[in-house]
Amino acid sequence: MKLDSKIPSGPVEDAWNSHKFNLRLVNPANKRKHRVIVVGSGLAGASAAASLGELGYDVDCFCFQDSPRRAHSIAAQGGINAAKNYQNDGDSVYRLFYDTVKGGDFRAREANVYRLAQVSVNIIDQCVAQGVPFAREYGGVLANRSFGGAQVSRTFYARGQTGQQLLLGAYAALNRQIDTGKVTMHTRTEMLDLVVVDGHARGIITRDLITGEISRHAADAVCLATGGYGNVFFLSTNAKGSNVTASFRCYKRGAGFANPCFTQIHPTCIPVSGHYQSKLTLMSESLRNDGRVWVPRDPKDVEKTPKDIPEAERYYYLEERYPSFGNLVPRDVASRAAKKVCDDGLGVGHVVDGQRNAVYLDFSDAIKRDGREVIADRYGNLFDMYERISGDSPYETPMKIFPAVHYTMGGLWVDYNLMSNLPGLHVLGEANFSDHGANRLGASALMQGLADGYFVLPYTIGNYLATAHQGPVDTSHPAFDAAEAEVRAKSQKLLSVGGATPVDQFHRELGKIMWEYCGMSRTEEGLKKALELIPALRARFWSDVAVPGGDEELNPWFEKAGRVADFLEFAEIMVHDALERAESCGGHFRAEYQTGEGEALRRDDDFAHAAVWGFEGEGQAPALHKEPLAFDNVKLTTRSYK
Amino acid sequence: MKIKLNVWRQDGPTDQGRFEHHHVDCTEDMSFLEMFDTLNERLISAGESPVAFDHDCREGICGMCSMVIDGLPHGPQKGTTTCQLHMRQFADGDEITVEPFRARAFKVLKDLVVDRSPLDRVQQAGGYISVSTGAPPDANALPIGKATADEAFDYAACIGCGACVAACPNASAMLFSSAKVAHLALLPQGRVERTTRVTRMVQAMEHEGFGGCTNHGECEASCPKEISVDAIAMLNREVMAANLSPR
Repeated sequence: MKLDSKIPSGPVEDAWNSHKFNLRLVNPANKRKHRVIVVGSGLAGASAAASLGELGYDVDCFCFQDSPRRAHSIAAQGGINAAKNYQNDGDSVYRLFYDTVKGGDFRAREANVYRLAQVSVNIIDQCVAQGVPFAREYGGVLANRSFGGAQVSRTFYARGQTGQQLLLGAYAALNRQIDTGKVTMHTRTEMLDLVVVDGHARGIITRDLITGEISRHAADAVCLATGGYGNVFFLSTNAKGSNVTASFRCYKRGAGFANPCFTQIHPTCIPVSGHYQSKLTLMSESLRNDGRVWVPRDPKDVEKTPKDIPEAERYYYLEERYPSFGNLVPRDVASRAAKKVCDDGLGVGHVVDGQRNAVYLDFSDAIKRDGREVIADRYGNLFDMYERISGDSPYETPMKIFPAVHYTMGGLWVDYNLMSNLPGLHVLGEANFSDHGANRLGASALMQGLADGYFVLPYTIGNYLATAHQGPVDTSHPAFDAAEAEVRAKSQKLLSVGGATPVDQFHRELGKIMWEYCGMSRTEEGLKKALELIPALRARFWSDVAVPGGDEELNPWFEKAGRVADFLEFAEIMVHDALERAESCGGHFRAEYQTGEGEALRRDDDFAHAAVWGFEGEGQAPALHKEPLAFDNVKLTTRSYK
Repeated sequence: MKIKLNVWRQDGPTDQGRFEHHHVDCTEDMSFLEMFDTLNERLISAGESPVAFDHDCREGICGMCSMVIDGLPHGPQKGTTTCQLHMRQFADGDEITVEPFRARAFKVLKDLVVDRSPLDRVQQAGGYISVSTGAPPDANALPIGKATADEAFDYAACIGCGACVAACPNASAMLFSSAKVAHLALLPQGRVERTTRVTRMVQAMEHEGFGGCTNHGECEASCPKEISVDAIAMLNREVMAANLSPR
């Protein structure tokens, strides 16, 4: 596998501008002759499809939901970062770049991150022009808040529904292109394979989720914006439909998968209430701006109601351990701290699987200080959501929260042009690996999705199309025959098992293995155990899964079975990656590598690289390739939030 | 708690459909959809056909879940989607009837799954501001008063679930369409295209087979985001202004 990152030479500040100038352009009259496939309609996919349509390309966009507006970007609550420095508090492109590289624990590519910080300012302008109703001050200017470990206020937001409003902006731009006929939208359509011709990505195989019809689509380039793989844990904050299938199919066709073990556990989610739990709900991190996190100091107090525990008996563990950042430490630090106090027997809430896994997030001081109305204005919708789910009102009693899988920093490997090692296959948003390193900062996912779709891919894809020199390919090419035959064979295999166990039970079991051995804290021993458990579970799946109905009808259980089958293979690559990375960094915490104070111990001499896994054939262990990471601008230091 | 469920089953758009009856054991901390998951896992294990329903985020924001529960789209709890409805809203021994969103424009695809693509096509008929990706003016170059921005947000909060259509005796999409019209008409960026936008969106609604509005207000009562019918008044004013404006 050849990994040429194509990072422009010269100072990082000038890299993107000079690179843009050096990119080849496609003549305006020729753009319509190029067909581009975009898979996914979230922030990255919708913004890319719309922008490519505006440029004149012939675009086909696919999503598995019934409307492009449903993509899971819609659920992002807190906000979007941009280095506007509207607040005059010392922010700059360089500071956002610095914070992101450091927050990612030095496992991201500097040049990509710098570009992300640069275009962040354009995103806000673009979204306002589209009519996105960001929060504003009385004078009519945009409001900002500080978010998730940042010491400047650079986060733009729209109540607790920033993702929704940004996605509806991109959806509107996409609708405009559908209206003009430049984008053809395929809803309730799932990508099941990538078609590679002469080493270039030239099309996809899809299944119509209403009729079950399998179709072939040929194009000059394929863009994947299919999100993350957090649902490998079964319980996560992802939507139920979010899956790894499209990325995993590309991996099997030769695309490298980078840093799969880098998963983010979000510290503020509603705890599990029972075995039937189908998903976890995130409570925006912005709540930590005003909420104080605590547990009882004495394990005997964990069953008491919080108001019966006096101030002196409360352990504000984040404020005590990290006096300068307090409750606003980055996500990975906050999550591990919550796990530690619960493992120490100080957790509160329901006992599930023998342990109380919840901590308090308390707003009583904020309500006393600012008044109930101000707090309701900031978090009203979140408080209401919490009350609907848990039955408790956060105005009256502290929230109970616990970390949950939320985001995956790993993804398909891409170069500076967002192209994978398979020419023509571009990967955007959460589906790629490049910008967040080992840990993503709050309010940076929306920024990256829109940066990739609006302001990076539309430039870089032109260079590919202008220089690829590939002849026309239509869907009668033998590569399409072969890919379609494989898709059909897998369908038949799933339907012919005829077992008795529902798909969800296998998925739940896989999730338990991953959470236990490849979750918040990982050990060599546990990971090796997972490498035994996963193949055994996979074997049981293929001998005992029950898939009701057939493949030529609307059949959600058949869809799910295919996705879980892929998760069962993909999980193993994640575990290999976690085992190989013998260090702790960001969201990847290996218990063997920690400081005396229990903080993550990075090993830069051996692991300052992206670990890229390549498919070596069915039944073979994946092969590891490395892209070394250079830090010329941000000095490698130990993250400290003390 | 034990629930008796009367659930609508329909094999496809041309099937006549029927109610099926099930008993489900659940707990009050379960969500309504987790109660359905429990039922479906049991049906699958028994070799029976599970009930198809739409869902995705399960956080009340994607708009994918639907279901008419005891005659009410998204069920009895105000301002709450089906996925956020929890069993503690019901009592042990309750009998609950669940049907798909019914409307002329929404074809039933299977069981509780309906085709809501007509809503997308209404949005495609001008429910946007015509600005291409590029270099628009600085975001703070155009101040917008907080009250206006907040009101625009209230309308922009629509999740496109279609409950308003399912609740309306005329199966009208007026609240859905007017929410977008109002969101964009309130903002200076959206005013340039306001007359063509409202005209085209109203035509698209009629073309898709949605009914007219006769002021029942069921839409507002069923809206999980509690969008006000004031939006409809605003749409009507926009239509009138469009008709009076020179073309």
